[in-house]
Amino acid sequence: MSHLLEMRGVNKSFGAVAALAGANFVLDAGSIHALVGENGAGKSTLVKIIGGLHERDGGEFLLEGDAVEFQSTAAAKDAGIAVIYQEPALFPDLSVAENLFVGRQPYTGRGTIDRAEMRRASRELTKQLGVYIDPDREARGLSIADQQIVEIAKSISLNAKVVIMDEPTAALSGSEVDRLMGIVRQLRDEGKGIVFISHRFDEVFSLCDTITVMRDGAHIATSPIGAVTEDEVIRQMVGRSIGNLFPKQEAKLGDVVLEVKDLTSAGVFYDVSFGVRSGEIVCLAGLVGAGRSEIARAIFGVDRYDSGSVTLNDMGVPKHNPSAAMKRGMGFVPEDRRKQGFAMTASVQTNITLPIRNSLAKLGILTSRMEVASAATWARRLQVKMRALDTEAGMLSGGNQQKIVLAKWLATEPKLLIVDEPTRGIDVGTKSEVHRLISELAGNGVAVLMISSELPEVLGMADRVLVVREGRITREFARKDATPEAVMYAATHATEEVAT
Amino acid sequence: MTLQKAPTPRTAATTTVPVRSVVERLFRARELSLLVIIIAFIAVTTAVQPSYLLSAGGWRDLLRGPAMLVVVSIGEAIVILTRNIDLSVGSILGLTTYLCGDLMHATSLPILVIVLIGLAFGAALGLVNGLLVAFLDVPSLVITLGTQYAYRGIAVLWIGGNFIRPEWVPGSFKHFGLSQILTIPWLFVVGLVVMLVSGWFLSSRRGGRDLYALGSNPDAAVLYGLRTRQLTLVPFMISGLLSGLGGIMYLSIFATGDSKVGIGYEFQAIAAAVVGGVAITGGSGRVWGVALGGFFLATLGTALPVLNVPSLWQQAIVGLLIVAAITLDRAFFIVRQRQARKAVSE
Repeated sequence: MSHLLEMRGVNKSFGAVAALAGANFVLDAGSIHALVGENGAGKSTLVKIIGGLHERDGGEFLLEGDAVEFQSTAAAKDAGIAVIYQEPALFPDLSVAENLFVGRQPYTGRGTIDRAEMRRASRELTKQLGVYIDPDREARGLSIADQQIVEIAKSISLNAKVVIMDEPTAALSGSEVDRLMGIVRQLRDEGKGIVFISHRFDEVFSLCDTITVMRDGAHIATSPIGAVTEDEVIRQMVGRSIGNLFPKQEAKLGDVVLEVKDLTSAGVFYDVSFGVRSGEIVCLAGLVGAGRSEIARAIFGVDRYDSGSVTLNDMGVPKHNPSAAMKRGMGFVPEDRRKQGFAMTASVQTNITLPIRNSLAKLGILTSRMEVASAATWARRLQVKMRALDTEAGMLSGGNQQKIVLAKWLATEPKLLIVDEPTRGIDVGTKSEVHRLISELAGNGVAVLMISSELPEVLGMADRVLVVREGRITREFARKDATPEAVMYAATHATEEVAT
Repeated sequence: MTLQKAPTPRTAATTTVPVRSVVERLFRARELSLLVIIIAFIAVTTAVQPSYLLSAGGWRDLLRGPAMLVVVSIGEAIVILTRNIDLSVGSILGLTTYLCGDLMHATSLPILVIVLIGLAFGAALGLVNGLLVAFLDVPSLVITLGTQYAYRGIAVLWIGGNFIRPEWVPGSFKHFGLSQILTIPWLFVVGLVVMLVSGWFLSSRRGGRDLYALGSNPDAAVLYGLRTRQLTLVPFMISGLLSGLGGIMYLSIFATGDSKVGIGYEFQAIAAAVVGGVAITGGSGRVWGVALGGFFLATLGTALPVLNVPSLWQQAIVGLLIVAAITLDRAFFIVRQRQARKAVSE
């Protein structure tokens, strides 16, 4: 008998970055199949290809033994595939019942939508899942858990054969997780094939029967759940040579530059305390959604926080005031440079000199010549590859864009630089240049706070690793103690026991 | 050593949350409050000058006057529902008016055929808008701003200093603009039919609900596999068609028209939609509300002079109403979000 779903040697690239390189995946009916891997291992891309959102560049895709080619999400849906994303995508203005039946509402004999029937069917569907959700209320304001229930109910009524859940439990409380797991088992018993993506190993091991590990866009291993241990899975997830791709120079550690005390923002992070010394690189490691970026944004003053304090060189940094933070000597390279760090349509030189506009200007007037002089220095030092300084910044490659964002902050000569995912979406060659730059900065006595989801980067660069899990710093590793397995284990487990 | 498990950052709500209060429900019934305001307004105006309502001409004008705005506003509202906007309705209306007037003069086609040509012409101009927006992925604000000028430019080039002379327009057509059935003007009936048909489509057909879905969450519409291009395109065609109808109604009322007919009409149409409860961000609003919004704005235009309000104030009052309507919507949106968030954190 053929498998329910089978993918062989699937490739997918976005620009220069390969998201999938020879990915294999096999799903059987009546099975709950865990798909695990580090952030950026290619799980989401694989899911989007199965769901018809992306088209693959190469490789085979079989559904019940037949080759399929999805041009659209509608085609995937018609073929019996339902994808439930981490943040479910409902229509907030429509009622719950309509969300369940958009595009296929039941009609009465007179050719109008049969609301009574729709209400009845939606009540029945949610009841089947052991929940009551008022079919007439609008979807806006439903809890994430209930939104997921609506999505699952939809997949049931669509008669989906394959149900993919992308980190469904990330935003749920304990009892909601139990409820969800009950529903997933129920779906399995009805003969559906379920793909369960999760970073929580306790859930994976109690719920799933098969586990597939992905790394760097490729398939690593598929095993029955009983045949592997958590430690083995973690090793498969992180197992790659770190080498000297990330050369952190030894720097003399100076005084404490940044001091964060009991920083709390309800619902986001709690009691965060740490310090960063001059010349030191401190990394916040952890899973996406653990609260790392939020902590960084609060320190710089982009986001508000409820209590706690931030001091820089023994001076208090006011809350929620990025321009004060900049004046005191902080720089911030955000996670999403296209949205937050970068004026895409402005020229390279304007981008670089943006934060030093005022100090550069004479008598309040900024001439293009002053911009050019300052920008050229930095562009040269960073080896930005571009045709001219007045090139539109958005036309450059991701790596060069990132260098410009860095240049922009280096020009302010910061005492503390916060970098959030500095190498995301950047090709390998440029990556190591970015690393060299950050390391040089530390060598010059700048304190660096780095956030990265790439373990090798964290381990290669950091003097100290702080693991953030569910909004708290749960572990701290010195450089010599930070092994990939230990850090990954700490990021995925609530306890402090370390895997060996 | 074991650390305590960190509390999950987000805990979820109980299954159902009564998100709307009674007061809000009342206010949300925009149609009801609009109706009350309209009736009160007409009552006051009639008290000041009884002939405003209580004369044959007054009654007729009260019902007939708003019909054109109502029809065009409904088209505009359908576009806004899908999170787009159509700034070219006034230009389409003007072009169609002149086209039909010219055809009546220059050809001997039956009036019905000319009307159908006018409707098709409006729909075709709307189709151009729709194609550009759906396939170029350029915001409709920019596209229709462009076509607004382009269509108007065509009108100026074509019409020049000419205008439709009343004698071009056949008597029977002019008569239609004035005539009534059981004291109800035919133009009012036209508006009513447009409202009923579009209202039925939007609330009771899958295609209509798909438009709400698209406007409510375009990303989800893609994930859900709705045909988003088609759903983007069709409303512009409907809007063009109804603008064309508006132009034909204009001709039947005034039996004249030059290259300037319909200038600025898009803003009245948008205002009617917004005052009538259509969210400018798409996804919510009802045709009945839009019709009442259009009726209200048009009535305001005729009643304020009767009440001796200086004409300078009239625009300010309309503006104030729009701001009030949007502010009210926004306020309730925030309240609802806050309640939802509170429910989630409990």
